[in-house]
Amino acid sequence: MPPYTLIIGLETHVQLSTATKLFCRCSTKFGALPNTQTCPVCIGMPGTLPVMNREAFELSLRTALALNCSIHQFTKWDRKQYYYPDLPKGYQISQYDLPFSYEGWLEIQAPLSLGQGNGAGAEGSAGTATPSPQHAPPQRGRGSLVSKRIRIIRAHLEEDAGKSTHDETAGVADSRIDLNRAGTPLLEIVSHPDLRSAAETRAYLAELKLLLTYLGVSDCNMQEGSLRVDANINLHIDTPQGKIATPIVEVKNMNSFRAVERAMEYEAPRQYEVWQETGQKLGDVPKQTRGWDDVHERTYGQRRKEESSDYRYLPDPDLVPVTISAEKLEQLRATLGELPAQLRTRLESTYGLTAYDSEVLVNQGRELVDYFVQLAELCGNGKQASNWMQQDVMRVMGEQHLSIAEYPIGPAALAELLKAVKAGELDTTRGREVLARMLVTRNSAAVVIQDLGIEKVDESDMYALCQELLNANPKIVDDLKSGKQQAAGSLIGQAKKRNPNINPARFREILAELVAREPTS
Amino acid sequence: MTLSRADVEKVALLARLELSSAELNLLTPQLQQIVEYVESLNELNTEGVEPMAHALDVANVFAEDVVRPSLPREQALANAPHQDGEFYLVPAVLGE
Repeated sequence: MPPYTLIIGLETHVQLSTATKLFCRCSTKFGALPNTQTCPVCIGMPGTLPVMNREAFELSLRTALALNCSIHQFTKWDRKQYYYPDLPKGYQISQYDLPFSYEGWLEIQAPLSLGQGNGAGAEGSAGTATPSPQHAPPQRGRGSLVSKRIRIIRAHLEEDAGKSTHDETAGVADSRIDLNRAGTPLLEIVSHPDLRSAAETRAYLAELKLLLTYLGVSDCNMQEGSLRVDANINLHIDTPQGKIATPIVEVKNMNSFRAVERAMEYEAPRQYEVWQETGQKLGDVPKQTRGWDDVHERTYGQRRKEESSDYRYLPDPDLVPVTISAEKLEQLRATLGELPAQLRTRLESTYGLTAYDSEVLVNQGRELVDYFVQLAELCGNGKQASNWMQQDVMRVMGEQHLSIAEYPIGPAALAELLKAVKAGELDTTRGREVLARMLVTRNSAAVVIQDLGIEKVDESDMYALCQELLNANPKIVDDLKSGKQQAAGSLIGQAKKRNPNINPARFREILAELVAREPTS
Repeated sequence: MTLSRADVEKVALLARLELSSAELNLLTPQLQQIVEYVESLNELNTEGVEPMAHALDVANVFAEDVVRPSLPREQALANAPHQDGEFYLVPAVLGE
């Protein structure tokens, strides 16, 4: 273990899924032709006035409540002033000293035993970093994860800037500005520096994204910029003289969860190396901004940030403040619905699922959970329903790129099949055949079972067949008697060949019973 | 509060104003006078008075989230010093 602790805080910008911008009624639809979704307000023409989007404010409040934030009853908007060509007014309307929400938390499932950076040495090369699990689901319930609360400092509502592009290869001297995005509502969620590893950072983002998706406040598409993450990261190094904090570095331009994880893994050993060379401590140098280079998997230095006092925040006189009554808050709280953490707990307590299973199902979204709940209720067995959801329904959804709403078989029809399997009318393997056929023919389980000639084999027939096979295979009887359990497989195979409707589990039981009665030869 | 010439230089930089030495000489005392004028507010006793966030005693002005037509692109770009019919063109923004 390296002799330092990684300290990470995240600033997450979430584009709210409103139809229109924050202060004007231009569309926010992604992918429109450049500069076709602008108006005098969002391109900053003199004499125009902004008017707050009610939906944007309510989505923000719902999110803050779901993040367990306190709400300021009185909130206002301020001008953050800086010059950049994608910011037409010369200031961004944001919130400075009275954000609408503050002091919340988000509970994540954090990997145990991390609390240390996981850099594999001071080489500073991305290639030497410890490999981390690719896109494996978190291993909840397997003793390797533990709940951890990440505190939220604040969430505030502000407007987005436009987009500038520069095509060097085309030999064009100018940068091109598209203001379609200018004025799109953004919720900025600032966490405390409570994250201690790349894996925790990823877990926080995954849980935040899931929460936002359940709330329906954002589509969280990172490629389209609906979810943008900046990380503030430094190290606490253990030295004989005590703990030393290194200067804080802000990392930007991370376009996927994977990129965030890789960037954190890259920064830890890099910062340790810089500290070993320079001995610089927190406060010795101004905060540095670095960009993430996804191709070369490294961070690179960017221009220094202007001091925050240079933004010269002032209350925006064009916008009146907003007050929030206790009644309004309660009304909004009632619309939150069941959030992922509560839903996982309910699936575990009501349907007996493991933490791992509930995590997998809840991560698939509310609609799939609703399907599962109906299936579990109808077939009367949560564990069985969960297994079939994960091994059969979700597999087909993945292969055929279907949403659960598009999956051709409803929970009632699937429950009918599951009940037949549970009742021993057919085994799981044959059950899968029936389901595959149901997907093609759209017929009910009962019809398909009949079509395939599947019928429950009479107990006496199974006993008779088993005895017949035992008589014909004395060698196998000896093997079984001497404890070679694998010998049963060949007999079960023969039995299935004779009658494909034989339930192998039941046949195995009968076999054991009959073998025990056989005289030792 | 006394404004130094360096203060005025910094404010000019933040406002993207290029001032000559002669202009700085002229503007520093003028800006100083403005600040002194505003400072006269300090004579008032504001003990126990709540800070005012807005000059109007109005709150909660919202618009509904319904799309209205945007400007045609030609009109949006019409006042730009440089444009190519699709984008605003500005001097290269690099090093981000």
